[in-house]
Amino acid sequence: MEELLSILKEIHPEVDYDTEDGLIDKRIFDSFDIVTLVGQLTEEYDIEIGPEDLIPENFNSAESIYGLVERLMEE
Amino acid sequence: MLTNILEYLEGSADRYPDKISYADDEKQLTFCQLKMIAEKTGTGIADVTGDFPGNLPVMIFMKKSPDTIAAFMGVLMSGNFYVPIDVEMPIQRVSLIIENLDPALIICDGDNLEKMEKASGGRVPVRQFECLSETPAEPERLKKIRELRIDTDPAYAIYTSGSTGVPKGVLVSHRSLIDYAEHFSEASGFSDTDTAGNQVPFHFDASLIDIYCTLRNGATMVIIPVQLFSTPARLLEYMDKWKVTVIRWVPSALGMVSTFKALKLCRPSSLKKIIFGAEAMPTKCFNYWKSYYPDAFFMQIYGPTEITGICTYYIVDRDFDDDQIIPIGNSIKNSSVFLLDEKDCLIRKEDANVIGEICVRGSGLANGYINMPEATERSFTQNPQNDRYPERIYRTGDLASYNERGELVFASRKDFQVKHMGHRIELPEIEAAASGMDGMQSAVCIFDEKKNRIIMAYVAEALDDICIIEYLKERLPRYMIPNVLKKMESMPLTSGGKTDRMKLKEMLTG
Repeated sequence: MEELLSILKEIHPEVDYDTEDGLIDKRIFDSFDIVTLVGQLTEEYDIEIGPEDLIPENFNSAESIYGLVERLMEE
Repeated sequence: MLTNILEYLEGSADRYPDKISYADDEKQLTFCQLKMIAEKTGTGIADVTGDFPGNLPVMIFMKKSPDTIAAFMGVLMSGNFYVPIDVEMPIQRVSLIIENLDPALIICDGDNLEKMEKASGGRVPVRQFECLSETPAEPERLKKIRELRIDTDPAYAIYTSGSTGVPKGVLVSHRSLIDYAEHFSEASGFSDTDTAGNQVPFHFDASLIDIYCTLRNGATMVIIPVQLFSTPARLLEYMDKWKVTVIRWVPSALGMVSTFKALKLCRPSSLKKIIFGAEAMPTKCFNYWKSYYPDAFFMQIYGPTEITGICTYYIVDRDFDDDQIIPIGNSIKNSSVFLLDEKDCLIRKEDANVIGEICVRGSGLANGYINMPEATERSFTQNPQNDRYPERIYRTGDLASYNERGELVFASRKDFQVKHMGHRIELPEIEAAASGMDGMQSAVCIFDEKKNRIIMAYVAEALDDICIIEYLKERLPRYMIPNVLKKMESMPLTSGGKTDRMKLKEMLTG
């Protein structure tokens, strides 16, 4: 989780990731940020994120992103 | 001969009264309804601005919806010109624009009423669209207003980033807009059987295709919700649901789909025309789309706001490897595009690979920048190739060359303007905003082309990344906020004592 938070903070340092649960719905992360984030996650965790994973439910909070990464690492 | 863009609206309302013109999930307007709302709104606007002399700026501050198009048409009905502003723009930048534009009226939706009253400081009347559009229409009065109009009168102004820190308002006439809609419809084969899937915001001239080719040809335009561009599979399902036949997107939006290989999940079956422009198109992304749509019509277009959105195009008629560049092609009908070298000498088509500045002649040339005579004179100049009579050209500041086939290929910029996610940004505008911050000693922006991001280096002992971002968010649109901040002890300097941008770029991107 620490590692993930530092990736997220690099993209948007001003966001409070402990409480924020609308990263996509509130458009805090736009499509450019998503591309950056997915690129970093793919590299850092050696996972493949497919189009079916790119839904707001998976990206709205740090916690849900962490859940997605864990799930994909098990696969 | 057409002299007013509203003749398209009236023509389509006659021919296709019950057909959907503009739509989103909440609202669908037929051409007939659109015309009626425009007449009511136009009457309401004239009540505020007066019927004469017209040609006054009316600012539109509404979220993207079919109503926003009706508001544009209403402004034109009142004999004035419209100025669409991004509703997400921070209030301080809106105030800068109000100061430069001096609008006669601001129209907003209910959600933005409070924000606009604050931004206008009580100096400009602010009206809600929902109220204006309830005014009883007075067609006879609107007819009299129209009789006074000529085709060189302004239709709209669009604000782009300005290098001095103040955005520039590009003023465009009915004639330029008609010229655009006529020739672009012809080049792209846009027709009444088309449904356009709109991606581009209305405060950005790349949306003219969706808006005016739809209006002229009696087509349909559906507004794709912006958040879908972060979730490509859902985006494609949405397009399939609306049976979208034509898209004119910025390459970054097409790139969202190709980066995540989303077409394997859903391939919108009605899509036939894919048009792109406003920034470099990665050929890899093009080839991905082409592999799913081998028979589709692919077109790259080029043209700054100052020449009404398009001056060259290239219909992709051959294969390109991922490392080859897709050309921007040749002049669209009734525009003349040519290259001038540093001494203002013409570069001939036979002189392949010689780089020069792209210059444009034609009816598409904008009237100029609002309240900025010096900037207008710098960019809209006498044609140096012609010393016999006055003839205006626009110097784009873009550099290009001809390839062996005589097609134009984009090279780079002459100055510090960059394209990021399809947006045109003057890096000095970001620097000017950051430099206004207490304690900021120096702020310099560079663009990292490889990673497509804006990096701002700064020197400021007492400041940190978070407080700078919070500060910039209140002053700049989100696409201008630097993607990376880098705190420095000092800036690298040239021997002349200026910031060494080349060195800085090496340090930050190398």
